[in-house]
Amino acid sequence: MAIIQYTLKRLLLMIPTFFLVMIIIFLLVRFLPGDPAIAIAGDRASDADLAAIRERLGLNQPLLVQFWLFVTNTLQGDLGRSILMRAPVTDIIFDRLPTTIFLTVYAVSLSLLIAGPLAFVAALNRNKWPDAVIRTVFQVGLSMPVFYIGLILLTFLAAQLRWFPVGGYGDTFIERLHHLFLPAVTVALYTSAIIMRNLRSAIIEVLDAEYVQFARAKGLPDRLVLGRHVLRNALISTVTLLGLSIGNLMSGTLVTETVFAVPGVGRLMLEAIFARDYPLIQGLTLTFAVLVSVVFLLTDLFQSTLDPRMRLT
Amino acid sequence: MSDTQPILEVENLCTTFTRGGVALPAVRDVSFNVGKGEVLGLVGESGSGKSVTLRSILGLSRRYGDVTGSVKWMGQDIAQMPERKLRHIRGRDIAMIFQEPMTSLNPLLTVGLQLTETLKAHTDMGRAARRDRAIEMLDHVGIPAAASRLNEYPHQFSGGMRQRVMIAIALAASPKLLLADEPTTALDVTIQAQILDLILSLADELEMGVILVTHDLGVVAQTCKRAAVMYAGRVVEQGDVRQVLRAPRHPYTVGLMRSVPQDVPPRSQLYTVPGTPPSLEALPQGCAFAPRCQGRTEGCLVARPPLEAIAQGRSVACFNPVIDAQGAAA
Repeated sequence: MAIIQYTLKRLLLMIPTFFLVMIIIFLLVRFLPGDPAIAIAGDRASDADLAAIRERLGLNQPLLVQFWLFVTNTLQGDLGRSILMRAPVTDIIFDRLPTTIFLTVYAVSLSLLIAGPLAFVAALNRNKWPDAVIRTVFQVGLSMPVFYIGLILLTFLAAQLRWFPVGGYGDTFIERLHHLFLPAVTVALYTSAIIMRNLRSAIIEVLDAEYVQFARAKGLPDRLVLGRHVLRNALISTVTLLGLSIGNLMSGTLVTETVFAVPGVGRLMLEAIFARDYPLIQGLTLTFAVLVSVVFLLTDLFQSTLDPRMRLT
Repeated sequence: MSDTQPILEVENLCTTFTRGGVALPAVRDVSFNVGKGEVLGLVGESGSGKSVTLRSILGLSRRYGDVTGSVKWMGQDIAQMPERKLRHIRGRDIAMIFQEPMTSLNPLLTVGLQLTETLKAHTDMGRAARRDRAIEMLDHVGIPAAASRLNEYPHQFSGGMRQRVMIAIALAASPKLLLADEPTTALDVTIQAQILDLILSLADELEMGVILVTHDLGVVAQTCKRAAVMYAGRVVEQGDVRQVLRAPRHPYTVGLMRSVPQDVPPRSQLYTVPGTPPSLEALPQGCAFAPRCQGRTEGCLVARPPLEAIAQGRSVACFNPVIDAQGAAA
């Protein structure tokens, strides 16, 4: 019951956050250099045409009026019409969003699959060769830009070996796993490096904790000592980091989806920015804000199920 | 020697840690026995190797350092026994309680789980039986409303109560030897006596041997049958507790005894052993206590005095044992 109360409280707290996000989005887009009317009508459009377009988009109204319209429409689920796609922004986003969510969940799962076991191997062999090898490889992974790793993978695994498609997005679940493998791995390499490093040091710290010594002194089998006593405690700090990384990862989809031609909201965002498609940029930014908030909420909920001491606050 | 057949025989136990390429001999050539139901006090100041000795007996030190010598449990050497086999002795035959009740229980798991998992690891009790036994143990160590507290977490208990929980966990599988690493140091004075009484009455009831590590000579005098005094990783004196405390033969024990304020007028200067213990990185070649010793001779600086029997069940590691020291009455 406490968890439901906590969730409701957290959801209420999101309201002011989103109001603030909407102000920032609105102002940012307005102060971006460039004129959407020119973007729509082209460089050679007459002043009359441009004025007509501005009239239609409501761009010549006072800022406060524009903001009021933005807020009220958004609350009704109306994010306006995309200038670029000539369709409702809400429809476009909902069309593209599942792809990005799929990619993100995929990448996070891969990160955990890679980072978890390796962190354990590294921590248990601390300062011996397996630890050194794992840390060095991840160090290299961390210091290379995501798009560069992506391009290398594309060149070898997709273009030359033809193990994976160069781009696109399949229809069935299995096809999607196959199509999105390279982008997911690209993102996962980076994220797992961060998670692995954090989890490794957390495990090392917890291994020396008195309660782990006590668990050993009780004669528990290793699997219980590590799985129940060490991992759970080590996860606490890592879960926070994972939440933050997923936030990062969301904005990272801008690059990944572009490099791998994945039709998700990340690539859509880039297109919208180039086209100065105000309504679409606004809608997408809001979408990202919602997604990140949800991830943070889930992170905190998971934390509080892990750690009983956090449930009271 | 104890009157009964020893259950634990520690011989030439050495534990050496390596930090930054420097060897730190934390435990050096420690030997002692514990008989069935016997309470042995292991005394010494911080850093003298008491805790490491306990942890080495249970094989908890080996992942941090090098352990040599033999630890015979019921005649079987467990010092080099693989973890897989050793875990069946840990918790079931030899249990250990730690100094810090605040950090020795897992904060994320309920007290009930931490208790029953020990039972699960060592017995074939069913779920319900384990639960009943857990309630019985908590009740036994004096935790009120034990059944309702099984689902609570360590942070919902006070320090003294947590120490009781730890004792309940340690004793759940009815071990024959309890290693108690300063079990009362972190507690309030009023609670200290309660916990000590609890440990001793349980030991008596279960015919369980106890190695009680402490730096409190008063505790040793009250609770132990025999005492071993450690200095810089070695046992320097051991024997019957009354003899060791009343007529100490090693100059360090003499110093320790004199440091306990007794019948001193108010506001008088308290006695301290001059100097400080040597650091493990730079142990003197001869006797580790020689630099602080009033009665040292040339030989003390060159050779290390072996721990030698001077009477039945009494041994001292000193070339010039003190003859008639004024020990404190125990």
